[in-house]
Amino acid sequence: MKKLDKSEIAARVARDIPDGAYVNLGIGLPTLVADHLPKGREIILHSENGVLGVGPKPAPGEEDEDLINAGKEPVTLLTGGSYFHHADSFGMIRGRHLDYAILGAFQVSVAGDLANWHTGGADAIPAVGGAMDLAVGAKKVLVMMEHLTKKGESKLVERCSYPLTGARCVNRIYTDLAVIDVKPDGLHVIEMVEGLSFDELQRLSGVPLKRLASAA
Amino acid sequence: MIDKFVASPETALADLPDGATVMIGGFGNAGMPAALIDALIGQGARDLTIVNNNAGNADTGLAALLKAKRVRKILCSFPRQTDSWHFDALYRAGEIELELVPQGTLAERIRAAGAGIGAFYTPTAYGTRLAEGKEARRIDGRDYVLEYPIHADYALIKADRADRWGNLVYRKSARNFGPIMAAAAKCTVVQVRETVELGALDPEVIVTPGIFVNRVVKVAPSLQRAA
Repeated sequence: MKKLDKSEIAARVARDIPDGAYVNLGIGLPTLVADHLPKGREIILHSENGVLGVGPKPAPGEEDEDLINAGKEPVTLLTGGSYFHHADSFGMIRGRHLDYAILGAFQVSVAGDLANWHTGGADAIPAVGGAMDLAVGAKKVLVMMEHLTKKGESKLVERCSYPLTGARCVNRIYTDLAVIDVKPDGLHVIEMVEGLSFDELQRLSGVPLKRLASAA
Repeated sequence: MIDKFVASPETALADLPDGATVMIGGFGNAGMPAALIDALIGQGARDLTIVNNNAGNADTGLAALLKAKRVRKILCSFPRQTDSWHFDALYRAGEIELELVPQGTLAERIRAAGAGIGAFYTPTAYGTRLAEGKEARRIDGRDYVLEYPIHADYALIKADRADRWGNLVYRKSARNFGPIMAAAAKCTVVQVRETVELGALDPEVIVTPGIFVNRVVKVAPSLQRAA
């Protein structure tokens, strides 16, 4: 079996984003999607801190401390981009104006519950940022994560053991092993990496998966 | 004649009392009013409640105010960062109270205060531990949580340019919380790069009308950033 690396997962997600979409990329892994958006599609990236039309990283020496993304990294603005204040920015999110939010995750449940903000550890300092707003607000929530934890436990779970970011909010999950849709009747595998059998994916995942007839 | 220009950050904050609730603009360093925060540190008010998206970065600005143990409570969405060590230490020692608020709820609670709204229902955080103990309601088949406005005694924000009426324009993503905090505080103090003649700002592009602004301080570019 050939697992996808982070960049390959990002490229796989990017393939599904259509021309004209308004998209928010969460902090961390999802930011890689920006590097793989297919040429020829106009896709507008939203950043929580008040930017639509986020462009690529500036050239060294061209950074502007007043122009950053939600991860506080310097970015640029595409021609046609705009700035707005925080309440408008989250109005765009909660008001269902964003087509996609692409988020990282600690766990996703079979019902589409998302846990990605807090490990719940006694000594952990909680920080939520815009994750809960994105989880409830975007028209479609796409999760991007490794299939297994470093200890080899499945991040797909019956019920999230970590505190929830949002309930029943995830639409599709992209991992280093598979692409899985969350539907009312459970998790549907729509793609698997080369050399991985459905039975093996099922064994690694630990929660019931349904197999789409066309899944390779 | 209306003239909201004030000579220095120190003058602008001279009357800020102990126990005040102070909104501080900025998202990370973008839009952070560094000169006003430095003046607040020098001014000495304590037992403050601070409203900001974060809980300070590295050793300057808000982080320095926290380190000086002048803050009793902070309302923010994202305290934990790689360089939030001053907040982390105070939090672990039980020396600061944290009210963690999802970022959009934080923004809307601030906006609601400035707009005279008594409370509002938001779908954000429903079913999570950040909604525990809060009133919930199902409206049109969707679940919501009741949230209340956040009012402040002072707002310290950064804009790019201002005229003497306090009309403001911002620069790029440094706008962030500025316009909503300006409206939510009894006294809004603005640090700007440039002051201009009345009429020099195009009325079509003024972002914050002067009605929301009380004091404006021009700060030299070299002092705009945290020292």
